[in-house]
Amino acid sequence: MEKFRKITDTAVPLPIENIDTDQIIPARFLKSTDKQGFGDNVFRDWRYDHEGNKNPDFVLNDPTYSGSILVAGDNFGCGSSREHAAWAIAGYGFKVVISSFFADIFKGNALNNGILPIQVTPEYLKDLLQTIKEKPETKLTVDLENQILSSPAGELEFEIDPYKKVCMINGYDDIDFLISKKDKIEAFERERSF
Amino acid sequence: MAGKTLFDKVWDAHVVDTVPNGPQVLYIDKHLIHEVTSPQAFSELEERGIPVARPDQIVATADHNTPTVDQHLPVRDLLSRNQLKQLTENCEKHGITLYGLGHKYNGIVHVMAPELGITQPGMTMVCGDSHTSTHGAFGTIAFGIGTSQVAQVFASQCLLLTKPKSLRVNVNGKLKPNVLPKDVILYVISQIGTNAGTGYFCEYAGNVFEEMSMEGRMTVCNMSIEMGARGGMIAPDQTTFDYVKGREFAPESAEWEQKLEYWKTLPTDADAVFDKEYSFDAADIEPMVTYGTNPGMGIKVTGRIPDKDDVNLEKALAYMNFKKGESLIDKPINYVFIGSCTNSRIEDFRIAANYVKGKQKAANVNAWLVPGSQQVAKQLVEEGLDKVFTEAGFALRQPGCSACLAMNDDKIPEGEYCVSTSNRNFEGRQGQGARTILASPLMAAATAVAGKITDITKQLN
Repeated sequence: MEKFRKITDTAVPLPIENIDTDQIIPARFLKSTDKQGFGDNVFRDWRYDHEGNKNPDFVLNDPTYSGSILVAGDNFGCGSSREHAAWAIAGYGFKVVISSFFADIFKGNALNNGILPIQVTPEYLKDLLQTIKEKPETKLTVDLENQILSSPAGELEFEIDPYKKVCMINGYDDIDFLISKKDKIEAFERERSF
Repeated sequence: MAGKTLFDKVWDAHVVDTVPNGPQVLYIDKHLIHEVTSPQAFSELEERGIPVARPDQIVATADHNTPTVDQHLPVRDLLSRNQLKQLTENCEKHGITLYGLGHKYNGIVHVMAPELGITQPGMTMVCGDSHTSTHGAFGTIAFGIGTSQVAQVFASQCLLLTKPKSLRVNVNGKLKPNVLPKDVILYVISQIGTNAGTGYFCEYAGNVFEEMSMEGRMTVCNMSIEMGARGGMIAPDQTTFDYVKGREFAPESAEWEQKLEYWKTLPTDADAVFDKEYSFDAADIEPMVTYGTNPGMGIKVTGRIPDKDDVNLEKALAYMNFKKGESLIDKPINYVFIGSCTNSRIEDFRIAANYVKGKQKAANVNAWLVPGSQQVAKQLVEEGLDKVFTEAGFALRQPGCSACLAMNDDKIPEGEYCVSTSNRNFEGRQGQGARTILASPLMAAATAVAGKITDITKQLN
């Protein structure tokens, strides 16, 4: 996993609520057996029409907006457990997703792929979306070490599980940690009473 | 100190270690895998030279990306065939039991594991599929995981998790005739919304759930994720024990007695306190249909689509081509799907068959019936239900996830409505531009016969 410390970049606004994993990556693109290439089909059915032509109204096709930070509506990532959704977001080049609420499984999948989900208040989200819409060149700074998100909408301290923060900063994943617990796991298996 | 919940008891019994001020290491009893969310996890392990820790605690099936016709022939779609081949190779290499296409135990992962007795009360179970919550019907902590976590369980038989908060949904009273478990859960989600359960693990309590069959309880727990909850549980009782006993992998003799004794200690203590609680009166529930693009957008079949200013509602209605304030009754429907891990068990087909017996499917309707497993398919024949369906003009297909997520060829065409017994009505879920209306197997059967949405409350009893 790539290390994550601090990012300063422009953002892409996607003010739609309940963006589910089927919108992030439709099931028909889940036939691959590796993690590559999902970014090409992120938000596929909003980005392209049936014939594969770009939908000019969709934000990813609007050259006005770009950057590695996605700012999305409430309850982002609801639905399926498919990690392909996180691979698609990361594959497109997003490193941070800001929303007022994240679905559980997506949030975990994002963190396991070096994508930082930042939860903000609905008011902050509204102001931020408005700011980006009016000034697409607005830069946001995400400082993971100090857990600070800075934007013209204000400075905000965001929360992250302390263990996950260490993992993100150092590029660790859970596998090494779990394997280091081998003795305890085997003791548990021997001693469990049921 | 307050008593423990069912969830607390099962969770606490599986904690291996606790990271100070951090997550806990939770032991996983059973790990179910399928072809779509496992290949990258196997690759991850291989790249790092890590063996699969407990292959005998993993069971694999092929379900998400399998055809539902001509399963004896090679799979036509090259990518799908490759995905299935990889699953077979990975299972062989690591010594994992696989119930592949055509095997007598093959089926949707959340149908086949319970019917084989793999799912048992008090267990922890995971699968790279969000509807793993289904197994909570047995008093099991069961939840969906991402592929990174699939790799973690392969490597250690454990997961690093923060204990979720507790939520209880109580439904008490007497259900009206023709109100099925699907209607109960669609009603609950329509009342509390699609993210009310996020961050929580849910317990369903009350006489309505106590009186349900295991099939019904699985339908309810299956949709816990649709209100955001990672999982949903129902306390194990005599109904649970009777269902598990004698199944292929259920414990026997002395082991059965010992486990039964333990299972009986699992129900939530009377003085346990939940972080959040909702209560509903069973008498308020009626047959349900959804009108929008998430499972919370549901109304009684006799009801009307809400008429309010809301951009999300407007976006959903534009996709569905419905209007605010209108009723769905008499809307022509050309596709009906009875299947998915929510409603593809024998009881669901009995309900549908009981309705269609002696009737004919409407000429405009394509009605797809997809049993959840080979065992369900076999039982359909044994009970003669296959004849009832074929005589009525329904197409009985072979087991798999099918049109629930339309990964295979079972896609609903653009712009068409499908009354579906599955769990998600997201945009494009059943095919690009397809419009899904979630409902019970009874509503689906009635729609197939009428060729339009009908008020079944007026028809029966």
